[in-house]
Amino acid sequence: MIDYHFDWAVIARNADKLGDALLLGLWLAVVSLVIGSVIGLLAAYARVSGKRWLSGPVWAYVEFIRCTPLLLLIFFLYFGLPEFDISFLDKTQSFVLSLSLYAGAYMCEVFRAGLASIPKQYVEAAKAIGMRPWQRQVYVVLPVMFRITLPSIGNNLISLFKDTSLAAAIAVPELTFTARQINANTFRVMEVWLTASALYLASAYLIAMILRLLERRYASIR
Amino acid sequence: MDFSMAPGTFLFEAWQARQSLLSGLGVTMLSSALSIVMATVLGLAMGVALTFGWWWLRPLARLYVDVMRGLPLLVLILFTYYGLALFGINVPAFWAGVIALGGFATAHVAENFRGAVQSVPAGQMEAAKAIGLTFGKRLTHVILPQAVRRMLPPWVNTALEIVKGTTLLSIIGVVELLLSAQQAMARNYMIIDFYLLTAALYVAINFTLAQLGAMLERRYSYLRY
Repeated sequence: MIDYHFDWAVIARNADKLGDALLLGLWLAVVSLVIGSVIGLLAAYARVSGKRWLSGPVWAYVEFIRCTPLLLLIFFLYFGLPEFDISFLDKTQSFVLSLSLYAGAYMCEVFRAGLASIPKQYVEAAKAIGMRPWQRQVYVVLPVMFRITLPSIGNNLISLFKDTSLAAAIAVPELTFTARQINANTFRVMEVWLTASALYLASAYLIAMILRLLERRYASIR
Repeated sequence: MDFSMAPGTFLFEAWQARQSLLSGLGVTMLSSALSIVMATVLGLAMGVALTFGWWWLRPLARLYVDVMRGLPLLVLILFTYYGLALFGINVPAFWAGVIALGGFATAHVAENFRGAVQSVPAGQMEAAKAIGLTFGKRLTHVILPQAVRRMLPPWVNTALEIVKGTTLLSIIGVVELLLSAQQAMARNYMIIDFYLLTAALYVAINFTLAQLGAMLERRYSYLRY
């Protein structure tokens, strides 16, 4: 630090680019969370279905994803899918697919725990008033489960947002990629990485705060 | 998949690349092991600071833990890699990566430690104080033996995250398992086969770790306070 002079003009010049990059990262995280939740919900129902041929493959999927590094998954889909003549995905879509599959496994575990924690009486009461199986799920089980799992969904959103930094590896212009590019062009190492870190931290805490509010509003069942 | 050993088949190419793949696997394991050791030692120290520290130390430890947990690991690795050079510390990419990974996991271990210690009932600490044990003895003879059991399962999870996190070292040019596989792919274009092989190796390492964690969890699940 002896001879380092800060020059924040570099950041000011690239403020637009950094802002766009941050928004792209947030967008990628949200889209992946939504797709991942759909995958996770279906997978969780398959896990608790009690049918071996359904729960077995889902177990393998969840364990495989949880034991494989995300970066490997990103590279595999980005470079590997074209080998199967699936080449209509651009790099951003390919990344969203990887992150969604990754999120799906984690969301599956979240929802499985959520489904397991729903009191039996709820379902019995729904049965007693004559709800059909799908009505029991849609009107009773799912709303309660989403409230129970809201904190875990929020944690997953934050960690997915942090994971969007890996998109830099396949040149998706999100925050880490942009920061690295500015770093390479200007060599303002401290300014660039301090800014990127501050933006990530601030966003993560902002998401956490919004979630805290949502939880206060919805997570309690009276 | 063709399982003969003729040139151009997967087995032949994998055999050709065995040296670099094995050394990549070695780098992955070594960097994971070093980071885990660093994170465990520093994480326990920071956990003690976080839980029992002086009034000025506790917020500092809290700040460190929160910052580390709020940053993406990749940003941390890149920051360390480019940033250390500014301080005149010219470490190779491998060590920059290990420092970043270790520093990242330190925060997680510290947080796990805090959670585990706080799950030990306050009566234990009070009883230890009442019979006149010093702080060091209270910690090593009363709190730690109980907290460590609570800590082991999340600690294994952190170790798993570290092993997965070492793939990020490939981005700063450390030839670990993922990058060595990619180098092999650059020679023979057998993308699917080599990515699957790499994935199988990671799954082998991490699944073993995960099973170990599950075993420990079962082993200590009898603990009730």
